[in-house]
Amino acid sequence: MIEFHAVSKRYPGGKEALRGVSFRLGHGEMAFLTGHSGAGKSTLLKLIACIERPTAGQVLVDGQNVGRLARRRIPQLRRRIGVVFQDHRLLADRTVFENVALPLIIAGHRGPEVGRRVRAALDQVGLLGKERAYPVTLSGGEQQRVGIARAVVNRPPLLLADEPTGNLDPELSREIMDLFARFNQVGVTVLVATHDIALVEAMGHRRLVLREGRLVEGAAEAA
Amino acid sequence: MSARAGAGEARRAQGAAPDRPRRLRLRAWLADHRDAAAGSLRRLAREPLSGLMTLAVIGIALALPAGLHVLLANAQAVTGGWQGEARLSLFLERTVAEEEARALARRLRARPEVRAVRVVTPAEALAEFRALSGFGEALDALDGNPLPAVLVVTPAVEDPDALAALAGRLRALPEVELAQLDLEWVRRLHAMLALARRGVAVVAALLAAAVLLVVGNTIRLEIQNRREEIVVAKLIGATDGFIRRPFLYSGLWHGLLGAALAWLLVAGALALLAGPAARLAALYGSAWRPAGLDGGATAALLAGGAALGLAGAWLAVARHLREIEPA
Repeated sequence: MIEFHAVSKRYPGGKEALRGVSFRLGHGEMAFLTGHSGAGKSTLLKLIACIERPTAGQVLVDGQNVGRLARRRIPQLRRRIGVVFQDHRLLADRTVFENVALPLIIAGHRGPEVGRRVRAALDQVGLLGKERAYPVTLSGGEQQRVGIARAVVNRPPLLLADEPTGNLDPELSREIMDLFARFNQVGVTVLVATHDIALVEAMGHRRLVLREGRLVEGAAEAA
Repeated sequence: MSARAGAGEARRAQGAAPDRPRRLRLRAWLADHRDAAAGSLRRLAREPLSGLMTLAVIGIALALPAGLHVLLANAQAVTGGWQGEARLSLFLERTVAEEEARALARRLRARPEVRAVRVVTPAEALAEFRALSGFGEALDALDGNPLPAVLVVTPAVEDPDALAALAGRLRALPEVELAQLDLEWVRRLHAMLALARRGVAVVAALLAAAVLLVVGNTIRLEIQNRREEIVVAKLIGATDGFIRRPFLYSGLWHGLLGAALAWLLVAGALALLAGPAARLAALYGSAWRPAGLDGGATAALLAGGAALGLAGAWLAVARHLREIEPA
């Protein structure tokens, strides 16, 4: 599903975020991406979603060279990737329903199908009763679950999460991680960046460890 | 490795193929347009005060050239009766009797360079003068009719030199005391109207540019206000077209509603002017009434406003949407 071949990323300021990173994440696999802040976790995820482009090396998503993707093809790539953010990035002026429906609307879906799929996604994250609420009225954990519902509503084969539990207490964090594990069980490839080592060890999935831009652990374990 | 890449290629080709029938995609595209159009209209209605102020600026900017156009159209309608049509007034000798005058008129009508001749007898001329000049009572003090018979000749030629030559020939007729060619002032009037038309065009161009900038700036602010939304939409796979669309519709609505407002302003101004204009016309013995914006001009105003709004939005969108990328 994801292949990195000697990928480096240097930002315009000269900071080298990734150095020669290579690994492969198979279809239906779940892995945690860990490391200190600034180790390159976010950059790695951004390369997959074509938010940034590699300075060297190849990033393949589903066989497609994402680094060379034409601008107009980026939307099609992103529709196949669900992304969950630490700050969840919900739109404050829209209801939970409208937030979750956005990927479907963007992909051109209309009518009763949208309502059905939004409710299915909200049901999966346990927020079925909150569809008319506005994000600000929800707790941090609930907001994050809305973000997850939005990421999966389009049934993407790949789910990326960048510090999804960064602002949550351990109990809520565990709930969120279990949610990702459940999506993984139905065949979604999941890659979660987190610095919560204890939680990662408790979950027991493959670990990719970044240190100062280098992948120091987990590269060899191909699925 | 290469085999795997090949498999990837195949999957990608599959993914790129339309996964839904064309009819459904067309329907989704139309629904997208409908949503964008309705959404931007709702957004405009949600902030009525700032929206109205922007629309007022656009409306006034469009009303000025539209109003000037109406003024010019009316001026042309008033002078239209003289459009390039010079007239020769032949004041006959007082000794020429009415019968002779009519005979002369018949002879002139037979000339190829003459299209029509109207005979104004001294009695008719007196009646007309009495009605229009306001000196009726003074005329009563005169012994008889001091006015000569007049032949009003409409020439069939238009060329100024030919007209002058015709005037010279008619002046040489023994019955004619004075031949007056009413041409110069018509030509001057037309030159003035042409100048005014050009002036209106220049003003219209400047104000069109102003509308373009006003709409462009409004859309730029709208883009900035919705920056977060744009970033999120891009992150979850919105195409440039999807993101652009609501802003383009917003520009279109601003232009169209501004043009409608301009129409109302012009109509209101005309309604205010109609009474005094009618009184002025009555003083000239005319039943003329000022005309408003006709169907063609209204359509041009609305279409022009909409086009300017859309173009202004394009400018803003082209400049600012690409800058907003998720990071």
